[in-house]
Amino acid sequence: MMNRTKGDEEEYWNSSKFKAFTFDDEDDELSQLKESKRAVNSLRDFVDDDDDDDLERVSWSGEPVGSISWSIKETAGNSSSSHEGREQLKSRNSFSSYAQLPKPTSTYSLSSFFRGRTRPGSFQSLSDALSDTPAKSYAPELGRPKGEYRDYSNDWSPSDTVRRLRKGKVCSLERFRSLQDKLQLLEEAVSMHDGNVITAVLIFLKRTLSKEILFRELEVRQVALRHLIHFLKEIGDQKLLLDLFRFLDRTEELALSHYREHLNIQDPDKRKEFLKTCIGLPFSAEDSAHIQDHYTLLERQIIIEANDRHLESAGQTEIFRKHPRKASILNMPLVTTLFYSCFYHYTEAEGTFSSPVNLKKTFKIPDKQYVLTALAARAKLRAWNDVDALFTTKNWLGYTKKRAPIGFHRVVEILHKNNAPVQTCRDLKDRQQLLAYRSKVDKGSAEEEKIDALLSSSQIRWKN
Amino acid sequence: MAFPHRPDAPELPDFSMLKRLARDQLIYLLEQLPGKKDLFIEADLMSPLDRIANVSILKQHEVDKLYKVENKPALSSSEQLCFLVRPRIKNMRYIASLVNADKLAGRTRKYKVIFSPQKFYACEMVLEEEGIYGDVSCDEWAFSLLPLDVDLLSMELPEFFRDYFLEGDQRWINTVAQALHLLSTLYGPFPNCYGIGRCAKMAYELWRNLEEEEDGETKGRRPEIGHIFLLDRDVDFVTALCSQVVYEGLVDDTFRIKCGSVDFGPEVTSSDKSLKVLLNAEDKVFNEIRNEHFSNVFGFLSQKARNLQAQYDRRRGMDIKQMKNFVSQELKGLKQEHRLLSLHIGACESIMKKKTKQDFQELIKTEHALLEGFNIRESTSYIEEHIDRQVSPIESLRLMCLLSITENGLIPKDYRSLKTQYLQSYGPEHLLTFSNLRRAGLLTEQAPGDTLTAVESKVSKLVTDKAAGKITDAFSSLAKRSNFRAISKKLNLIPRVDGEYDLKVPRDMAYVFSGAYVPLSCRIIEQVLERRSWQGLDEVVRLLNCSDFAFTDMTKEDKASSESLRLILVVFLGGCTFSEISALRFLGREKGKREQKGENWPALYMGNKVLAGCSGSCLQSQHSGRPRQADHLRLGVRD
Repeated sequence: MMNRTKGDEEEYWNSSKFKAFTFDDEDDELSQLKESKRAVNSLRDFVDDDDDDDLERVSWSGEPVGSISWSIKETAGNSSSSHEGREQLKSRNSFSSYAQLPKPTSTYSLSSFFRGRTRPGSFQSLSDALSDTPAKSYAPELGRPKGEYRDYSNDWSPSDTVRRLRKGKVCSLERFRSLQDKLQLLEEAVSMHDGNVITAVLIFLKRTLSKEILFRELEVRQVALRHLIHFLKEIGDQKLLLDLFRFLDRTEELALSHYREHLNIQDPDKRKEFLKTCIGLPFSAEDSAHIQDHYTLLERQIIIEANDRHLESAGQTEIFRKHPRKASILNMPLVTTLFYSCFYHYTEAEGTFSSPVNLKKTFKIPDKQYVLTALAARAKLRAWNDVDALFTTKNWLGYTKKRAPIGFHRVVEILHKNNAPVQTCRDLKDRQQLLAYRSKVDKGSAEEEKIDALLSSSQIRWKN
Repeated sequence: MAFPHRPDAPELPDFSMLKRLARDQLIYLLEQLPGKKDLFIEADLMSPLDRIANVSILKQHEVDKLYKVENKPALSSSEQLCFLVRPRIKNMRYIASLVNADKLAGRTRKYKVIFSPQKFYACEMVLEEEGIYGDVSCDEWAFSLLPLDVDLLSMELPEFFRDYFLEGDQRWINTVAQALHLLSTLYGPFPNCYGIGRCAKMAYELWRNLEEEEDGETKGRRPEIGHIFLLDRDVDFVTALCSQVVYEGLVDDTFRIKCGSVDFGPEVTSSDKSLKVLLNAEDKVFNEIRNEHFSNVFGFLSQKARNLQAQYDRRRGMDIKQMKNFVSQELKGLKQEHRLLSLHIGACESIMKKKTKQDFQELIKTEHALLEGFNIRESTSYIEEHIDRQVSPIESLRLMCLLSITENGLIPKDYRSLKTQYLQSYGPEHLLTFSNLRRAGLLTEQAPGDTLTAVESKVSKLVTDKAAGKITDAFSSLAKRSNFRAISKKLNLIPRVDGEYDLKVPRDMAYVFSGAYVPLSCRIIEQVLERRSWQGLDEVVRLLNCSDFAFTDMTKEDKASSESLRLILVVFLGGCTFSEISALRFLGREKGKREQKGENWPALYMGNKVLAGCSGSCLQSQHSGRPRQADHLRLGVRD
């Protein structure tokens, strides 16, 4: 098996003609790197002796002291603490304490960037900057915040209105009362391409048109329609959004949009009930099955969670005492749930909800996925007999056979990671696997010797 | 400020002006609220803000305490509160809750909201609905372009991708147009403009309108940048989906470069603390390796380490005077170099460890097979196994998207089985992720011939029945085929190489992907700039589904001096990867060599966000939802 893979690899690299760059540990390049590191490190004593003037001053969190991000973290870190803490904070955040910073130049925030241009720590006033900025024409924009432009004139044409809106000016739309005027306004906005203005007009239309008329007109104006949909999503007007999808006959989006709401429900039982309402929605056939599975999975998890929490706190069950659970199983993916079940409930009868076989059947988990997950779970517990049994099948005459539905290099990887004994591999009668395993163990180790002995043994009938 | 590696390169424009302008404008806005105030800053704005101002500047303008905008009640006791935020609905709700709580408690304070880079009407609507319109004053801080390096500008708008390419919301197009307008105001008009993509065309038109309205401002100014190239991210998703192997790209994929800086953890710094490090041309060690293929980096670093050793060793034979000179003149530089060298060696080590662990070589092999279009079955099983083993959910998605785009969609059987396995491994709620990826055209199912026809006939019926022409893009993502194979053939994206591809002396831009693939985006840019038009590229443009969205405009060419013509500004709408930046830097260098006297092509790059090729940070959590290109792309799309 490994031979074949290797051959393929070589063929690939040869056929595609560019240099195979590897990230393998044994690579010359890494040793080169290590050597460089040693060389540089050997200089450290000499270098680190005195001043650190070129080193950035960095707080415990890694932010340069004096940077805005650093300062905010300090505020946040202290804001929940006592009154006293807040007082300290006040003085720390006051200007004077920043003035005491050793050298403003040592923070990269600003001065290093302006080196040679502005004096460190100083800043140019507005007027300075304007006078030496070549683009004086930019100044008017600077000088007048746009919010101050106010104009309630009623005489603007649709195109003037739209242009003013683009500049951020406040501009009344109330005079556009006929449907024709409203639509003309919308079309001007669309033809100008500014999404902010399109949305502004849509807000006005939404307020002043019945939803049937609004929907009808937007159905033939796709650009505007997409803006309305996005706007409704953002402000969370779920009701109108669903009405719109219904009107447009976009049943799948309707269903997905409804389903999305489950993410906002934290309580597991309520979430489960909500998912139940999603089952009948007009999803594609394929997605309907996924939704059903989602519901069933959460339902199972709620049962398993309640049960196991009880078992764990009772302290009578060995597996929970030896391996306390690190997290709740609620809302975990199916594969994680399967792993959990292989870990804590491996031997349970198929009839129980928490048994791995039950999960496998309920969710039609493919053999490959099942074996991979079970292997990982049992190897983690070092339950080598279970691992062995995973690869044993009986045919109808009662003969046993070893086989694995997943690549043996994966098996080896998992076994090796969990320090599986060489015996396990031998029991698999898999010579290739053993060879692969040999490449993973340390050279000259006891394991290696054992493997060599096994490989040369004539007692074993290798299956490959 | 010269281009790295380019002795003959033209001067780059002075982008520090952009920072100064942003800082001055912020100061002006803070001064609009005289007296002591507490400042609430949105998390996403903190790093960009750090790049242009620091705490003492804020203090000088009477900012007392700084808080992060988060969903917690504010403890501030100040009489004036100022909020510095992105124009997002959730921020408005947060501010409304603070103001309304004050009102209930009978407390009066002053509130000011500063939107960056601009305010949206939807935000004002929320303020109005919450009953606080008028209690709160609003301003805009047009900080839309942050120089991250001498040749790199970023708009730092991670939501651009999601908003436009997934939701079809054009709210950021005006921001792009304003940014371009600002650039032309500061650095002169762009004599030559090129673009491809629907968003690129709209941004271009809006920008033109702006220039016309404020006619005269840029007239007569000497252009500093000769060409501008606008490119939509969806013209080339493939490149953004590939694992990065140039050093800067790998650092990004591994540690995530944010706003031009990276957090190196204790495993890199070989100490007990983390270090935030700026990555740009000022880091001399980094500057020499950032664009190199990873396999060249070790050699370079070990050479550097040896040189450094030799220089330190020199002090052995010195007398007092020489030693004094050495200490006063060289020691500081050597120490600096030493510090940088050990950081980057640490980073390399950490990258190697991580990549070795995750079977990086297998992953790259699969990606190359997908790009070249062979062994599709095997690649599909590799992806399947990746999913079954619950390896990184983002990486699994990235591979599926790559398979989908290179193959014009997954065959229905594969689509169904990969999706089922994905939901089983990473959680059923990813049903929403799949729906989003499908809408964005990143992960689709091959439509059996008749289905497409049915949709098309439905569309054409609607078009005839109702307002003609307005539905054209209704089913765009459904009808759009990526045609990657055909494009790849036309543009020679997979180099034919005899013998080994020498990564030390790259012959083309493919080196950024180990010689296996020339980034499509960069190839398009190269081809158009060579011809100074889209001429002869009709077929490519058609295959890219961009027949109506490829444009050129060269009205002002005569005014440009030859020097300025050599500078090119490439704008990636929806973000770009470090691999693309490296490829364009390479292109600029090559053109310089080839056409000694004529033009060469130093390029500047601007993106809404520098995307990481493959890792994704932006879309990360399904509950908050953003993406990094793939990551970011990836992010843009998840729910």
